Amino acid sequence: MSDLPGDLLYTKDHEWLRREDDGSVTIGITDHAQSALGDLVYVELPEVGQDVDDGGDMAVVESVKAASDVYAPISGSIAAVNEALADDPEKINTDPYGDGWIVRLQPSDGIDEGALMSPDDYQQFVDELDD
Amino acid sequence: MPFIPHTEKDTREMLAVIGADSTADLFDEIPKELMIEHLPHVPEAMNEMQISRLMRQRAKMDGSPMCFIGAGAYEHHIPTAVWDIATRGEFYSAYTPYQAEASQGTLQVIYEYQTMITELTGLDVSNASLYDGASALAEASLMAVRSNRRVKTGRIMLAPGVNPIYEQVAAAIAGAQGLTFERLPQDAASGNIDFESLPEGKEPVAVVVQQPSFAGTLDDVDRLTDWAHAQGALLISIVNPTSLALLRPPGQWGAEGADIAIGEGQPLGVPMSSGGPYFGFMTCKQKHVRQMPGRIVGRTTDLDGNPGFALTLQAREQHIRRSKATSNICTNQGLMVTAATIYMSLLGYEGLVSVANTSHANTTLLADGLCGIAGVDRLYDAPYFHEVALKLDRPVAPILVALAERDILGGFDLTSTVGTDALLVCATETKTTADIETFIAAFAEVMTGG
Repeated sequence: MSDLPGDLLYTKDHEWLRREDDGSVTIGITDHAQSALGDLVYVELPEVGQDVDDGGDMAVVESVKAASDVYAPISGSIAAVNEALADDPEKINTDPYGDGWIVRLQPSDGIDEGALMSPDDYQQFVDELDD
Repeated sequence: MPFIPHTEKDTREMLAVIGADSTADLFDEIPKELMIEHLPHVPEAMNEMQISRLMRQRAKMDGSPMCFIGAGAYEHHIPTAVWDIATRGEFYSAYTPYQAEASQGTLQVIYEYQTMITELTGLDVSNASLYDGASALAEASLMAVRSNRRVKTGRIMLAPGVNPIYEQVAAAIAGAQGLTFERLPQDAASGNIDFESLPEGKEPVAVVVQQPSFAGTLDDVDRLTDWAHAQGALLISIVNPTSLALLRPPGQWGAEGADIAIGEGQPLGVPMSSGGPYFGFMTCKQKHVRQMPGRIVGRTTDLDGNPGFALTLQAREQHIRRSKATSNICTNQGLMVTAATIYMSLLGYEGLVSVANTSHANTTLLADGLCGIAGVDRLYDAPYFHEVALKLDRPVAPILVALAERDILGGFDLTSTVGTDALLVCATETKTTADIETFIAAFAEVMTGG
């Protein structure tokens, strides 16, 4: 597995979060997740302005062999979606932490960092899954 | 002889392992008020000899009357070759086999079917069929809600001509999922949509129109399609496949075309047999394909560059998406689809046009003849395809009984549907001019004598 970006937070559902300067949070799926799914063919994105609850469905990523829900790691409202994924879902495969971002969320409450993982913790979590 | 391989001992041992006393205990979680002891109208189990005897008796009761009933199921000539081929061992299954790609012939039939249905409806993609036309409306309504996520009302607005049974079935299936079905206003003279009093601001998620309508009329579907799109709704069309040989396909309605086309496939080579079987068809624009229920077969090339067929877009389906699948529909009507594909292949474009033209001409002959009888008139002033609603100056039921005594099924009693004494008649290409004259003469006799 490639190195995990150090400035992100991670979830057990293999999603990553990046705090932006404007208070919003960018969310995507990890390199481990995209590699497990295989070549992505379709991403179903939420509507901008839609409210999502912590743990609720937010998007769907579909590969040639599976479709997987992307859950909201925190509550908030959808501030932006990565429209480019509509025509180019494989951006998630090629650049999961960059051009393959999925949504930007405006948190309704604070971010409970205790419920999220640091890069080191997530690396250990993934290593244990692979054992 | 039950088709269950377990002996009583097997069953006892298995129950002991999981700690249950009886098989019935396994259904404990179903609330008592939802359980029924026995199904009304369903007799006790019979053995094969008893069933065969019962079926022979029932078949004899059918007789061989001349049928002028349409109302959703239509008698058409089915070339003998259709079912000779469809019942060959290689095709004789309702399902796509497991490891479907090993059965290239089955997949090719479905692929050819999809191609023909998309050509008839003028839309981009077809699935491998649904149960029937009525449940297809439920599936199309649920699909519209998934595809038109911007609209949250769950409101489906139906043109006055939508088959009332389709509405009941759709409401039964989709009603508990928050969908509501409402009718658009009707113009009394034509029976069609009253465009002058269409409601604004109701935010329907989809608008449904049936062409030809349940009463046989043709509506201004272009205008309705444009209105639906202006309201932010998807347009679902319910169409008769035979009529599409003559009428403009839903994909070309209005400025942008219908979004989803569905209908009953029975007229395409499936016999009318004591209420079934039927099959539903469904096509849609490419942009809605990921919300479409059911299976889709695609054409591809193998490693050596040879053409082949494969199930595609399976991530929508229940074996992958589980509870979030677009539907629990699979390919349950595959055998009817096989027959329909062979039927369409044998008739070809010209054959289908000929069936449609002859049916229209026969229905015109019939309706004109019947309207020449005192007390009979057209119910609606509107163009029609192969079915016409007539109003009578007296109750319809006794007329139909008297005609049945003359071995004629004289039409569908519309009285409870339209709230006035009315009858829906249909004459397909299976009727000769002599048949139609016989019917008209019998009708005149019953009206004057009765």
